[in-house]
Amino acid sequence: MSSIAQKKGFGATLWDYLTTVDHKKIAILYLITGGFFFIVGGIEAMLIRIQLLKPDNDFVAAGLYNEIITMHGTTMIFLAAMPLLFGFMNAAVPLQIGARDVAFPFLNSLGFWMFFFGGIFLNLSWFLGGAPDAGWTSYASLAISSPGHGIDFYALGLQISGGGTLIAGINFLVTIINMRAPGMTYMRMPLFTWSTFVVSALILFAFPPLTVGLFLMIFDRMFGANFFDHTMGGNTIIWEHLFWIFGHPEVYILILPAFGIFSEIFSTFSRKRLFGYSAMVFATVLIGFLGFMVWAHHMFTTGLGATANAIFAVATMAIAVPTGVKIFNWLLTMWGGSITFTTPMLYAVGFIPSFVAGGVTGIMQASAPLDYQLHDSYFIVAHFHYVIVGGVVLGLLAGLHYYWPLMFNTMLNEKLGKITFWLFFLGFHLTFFIQHFLGLLGMPRRVFTYGADQGWDLFNAISSYGAIFMAAGVIVLIVNIVMTIAKNVPVGRDPWGDGRTLEWAIPQPVPFYNFKQIPLVRGLDTYWIEKQEGNTEGMTFAEPIGDIHMPNNSIIPFIMSLGLFVGAFGALYNGEQPWAIPVLGLGLIITFAAMATRSLKDDLGYHIHKEDLLNEKGGKH
Amino acid sequence: MMKGLKKWRLFSMLTALMIFLAGCGDEHLSTLTPAGQVGRDQLDLMILSTAIMVLVIIVVMIVYIIAIVKFRRSKLGEDFMPKQVEGNHTLEIIWTTVPIILLLILTVPTVIATYELADTKGMDKKDENGNNTALTVNVEANLYWWEFEYPDLGIVTAQELVVPTGEKVYFNLKAADVKHSFWIPAAGGKLDTNVDGINTFFLDFDNPSDTLEDGVFYGKCAELCGPSHALMDFKVKTLDREDFNAWAKDMKASADQAAPATAVAQEGQEIFEQSCIACHAVSGAGTAGSVGPNLATFGDRNRVAGYLKHNEENIKAWINDPQEFKPGNRMPQPEDLPGRNGKALTDQELDALTEYLMGLSVEE
Amino acid sequence: MDLNTKYTPHSWPDHPESATLEGKNKFLGFWLFLGGETVLFASLFATYLALKNRGPSGMEFTTQELFELPLVFIMTMLLLTSSLTSVYAMYHLKNFNFKAMQAWLVVTVLLGAAFLGFEIYEFYHYVHLGFTYNQSAFSSAFFTLVGTHGLHVLIGLGWITLLMLRNSKRGFNLYNAPKFYVASLYWHFIDVVWVFIFTVVYLMGVIG
Repeated sequence: MSSIAQKKGFGATLWDYLTTVDHKKIAILYLITGGFFFIVGGIEAMLIRIQLLKPDNDFVAAGLYNEIITMHGTTMIFLAAMPLLFGFMNAAVPLQIGARDVAFPFLNSLGFWMFFFGGIFLNLSWFLGGAPDAGWTSYASLAISSPGHGIDFYALGLQISGGGTLIAGINFLVTIINMRAPGMTYMRMPLFTWSTFVVSALILFAFPPLTVGLFLMIFDRMFGANFFDHTMGGNTIIWEHLFWIFGHPEVYILILPAFGIFSEIFSTFSRKRLFGYSAMVFATVLIGFLGFMVWAHHMFTTGLGATANAIFAVATMAIAVPTGVKIFNWLLTMWGGSITFTTPMLYAVGFIPSFVAGGVTGIMQASAPLDYQLHDSYFIVAHFHYVIVGGVVLGLLAGLHYYWPLMFNTMLNEKLGKITFWLFFLGFHLTFFIQHFLGLLGMPRRVFTYGADQGWDLFNAISSYGAIFMAAGVIVLIVNIVMTIAKNVPVGRDPWGDGRTLEWAIPQPVPFYNFKQIPLVRGLDTYWIEKQEGNTEGMTFAEPIGDIHMPNNSIIPFIMSLGLFVGAFGALYNGEQPWAIPVLGLGLIITFAAMATRSLKDDLGYHIHKEDLLNEKGGKH
Repeated sequence: MMKGLKKWRLFSMLTALMIFLAGCGDEHLSTLTPAGQVGRDQLDLMILSTAIMVLVIIVVMIVYIIAIVKFRRSKLGEDFMPKQVEGNHTLEIIWTTVPIILLLILTVPTVIATYELADTKGMDKKDENGNNTALTVNVEANLYWWEFEYPDLGIVTAQELVVPTGEKVYFNLKAADVKHSFWIPAAGGKLDTNVDGINTFFLDFDNPSDTLEDGVFYGKCAELCGPSHALMDFKVKTLDREDFNAWAKDMKASADQAAPATAVAQEGQEIFEQSCIACHAVSGAGTAGSVGPNLATFGDRNRVAGYLKHNEENIKAWINDPQEFKPGNRMPQPEDLPGRNGKALTDQELDALTEYLMGLSVEE
Repeated sequence: MDLNTKYTPHSWPDHPESATLEGKNKFLGFWLFLGGETVLFASLFATYLALKNRGPSGMEFTTQELFELPLVFIMTMLLLTSSLTSVYAMYHLKNFNFKAMQAWLVVTVLLGAAFLGFEIYEFYHYVHLGFTYNQSAFSSAFFTLVGTHGLHVLIGLGWITLLMLRNSKRGFNLYNAPKFYVASLYWHFIDVVWVFIFTVVYLMGVIG
């Protein structure tokens, strides 16, 4: 049985990760892959800033520049930020609600491998004739006329990884609804679990429009359909609607989990219960709901007419209200607390002014007539980097330091962590604050170069130098990670000393079955309550020790995703290479054969026996 | 009362800041130095929204700074146990309603301006003779160049928009190939040029542009449209109504231009008529839809290819290798032009073409 | 969970599809999946409505001329009936009557296959008229919307058939009961989508 494995060699470890269905290991896979793509996207960002360092620069050529900006945006959103968030969700959410695993461990693995192969497929475009070059929004008229296969890589790659995301979303919804421990009512769930719950619902309803949009684009480009060809009756505005009906909720899919992470951090390191918990929950749900009502504010200049613009302007402004509620509740959580400035807390404290700045420029752009000036200028570039770097990336870095001991039973170096924070934080403001003014001075976005003496030279140079600080911060972080892994000093339970929620109550390293006995939850901040009452076990148990049912590992998710990956090449080169159709067929056969194997072979899992648990043997892994 | 005063102080501070920032920008390009009423309306909204937002930021920052200074564990001691507060209904109500009020203050002018700026009914107003009273320009965006047709005047030009001052000028916008976006930052916000339909809006300009540094306002393409998106600039020349009427008349008359003055220019004309005229018209009278930019006003222009300095060197360099300058544009390399049979242009031929082109002018 | 547990009609639970945690999860997860599918079809419907009757200048195909209601009506009846027969099958799942369930599922599959046959004929007919996939934006949108539904029918048929074959010798247990149940949920969903296609594409196309 795979559970009682001993010290393993590299091959066995690799096989273990390829076949794992354990949410904690899948979390690590998401972390590694997402981290890799974060570095790739970061290198692309540096190339952009080098090119714009001075006017009339020729560091990268015009067409290549468009490929770089497209891949920077696509990689950062789909292949870095979302997977990293999924990593933390996988690591923390089942533990926070007192579950032994997610609802569908097999699908959890499938979701990861689809994301993985989709991301690899998309990035292979660099080596196979050129990356997509129509921007991450891939507006239809430009995308349809884009030569080469870049856009096809974009559409097929996102389709595959998007499928993985959808699966992950459904999985978390069911997990949170069905698998909570006794006593873990909805209004006792930690905020990170709540935001995961809302975000999963957003994924469920936001990704299908993207799926449809991408299919329409694939059909147009590969099978000669006419959805976006206006000479044949098509309409390119359909793409804009479908993309933004997905795209706007996507912004909240990224930011809400970051909000969740920050909520945990503020409360933990202020040693204080989250202020206005129910208002926070309500605000999270409301933001998620309103997120679907505002997509057309990305299209104010498309020409939808005054009435549509006015309605969407007002709806967009409404989102400021629940977001403001969150900001003030975080402030009041710190107020009267006992704040300790650990690295995660530094990120949380740095997040507030950054995100407020990003939020208020969002309100400026919600004012449609003003947005006519700001849209597609550097102002919007500054705005969404304030929201996404100042909100999401700071959240990811905070989460990385905060959850590192939970995932690896060792602590990242605090000193290096703080150096990373200051380099990254200062670099971030230096890079992006000035870009607001570039926009106001008339600089459009997505320009590969700009003429001298338009009043933009100095500001662009400042922005580029700021980016160097951010890069330096990331390098220090990598050094920190390597050193921490090399030293590998175990930390044990509740490494931060102020843990409040259930995940910190588990002995470290977390056993592969999570909870020997399912806990009984007696209130918000369960672990805090138990600690206050002097319970050294860390939790009250809801059941006696008994057999634990576990799912079997499986290589099938990997093979299914691999089949889609292979098949995508067939679809891409269809009509161009003689081997295209056979390869498409081969890929689909691999996938369907894997599915058939899955359904023909009963997979009932196995049990860890009570005796093994009592001997504590099963706990070591 | 005090609060109101403070708000006004903030407001005037911001205005001062804006004026200071305007100093960094260029008058012909910056949104902070509006050239007409549309731009001013949008700047007013910017100042109003910035004022409200700065107010919010100040409140947040005050609470924030006090919190992180006053409640640090290093000050309170390791043993300090904070009171585990659940929340506060009064506070929740306050920070829900106050933002709603602030947003309403912004919402009202936003909605009014949205409708006002979309009101293009003036386009179809007729005088007693059935002629349109307002000037309408049809803009067609092409891969990296702009065409401007004046349907009521029967003239067409490219790359340099010429408009009268002191009145609303209406625009019909569309794209010929892929989506672009029409933006004159100093005059007002942008509107997309779609391939599927026509968008309409208006702009206005207070003063003739000849007092500006370059004598023109800068226009930009604001929607990613391909490799040379960054270079898809155009220029806007504003004239008072009389000068504009004179210009329009000259354009109309440019159909029967006098033959070039010099022999070199005549040689240039021959080359042009053999290899260039299939795409480029040299008469300002006409309608939209040509393959390449109309060159009737070429000699008067501010730029070559929309963005290069207007001198003979750049004209020659551009004609000799358009792909080098604007990758992905539709102008053939010289050897692929009709009648060239794969032959590049000699220096002499380039000189001749340049002299001819420089002589194309409607402004004496 | 144990495959060897033998059930009798008495020990068989009232809701076999959600008697285990795995079953409950599958049941809920599948409902959520159908929620996502609904949005997918909503997007396709919106696209279709935006592009209905749109084509190159001088296009001769319109919904009025193209669609023939009698054929579509027969298809609708076939699919609605198959939905009803799948309800009977689920009744026998709860009733612990494996043979009856299998029999009703066979009827369901046959009706579904007949529907698909008519649809293939319909598409073939349109293509024969020159209304091909690439003919216009309208044709692309029509074939994509209705074809996506057809693909769902095909997947549903394959799924139910394989389930029947796989479990033909095993009878009921709490491991396969949820599988049958969600397959029938899927079949109902397909039916509901078709009702919308029938209304929005065909009825509103011919009459509206």
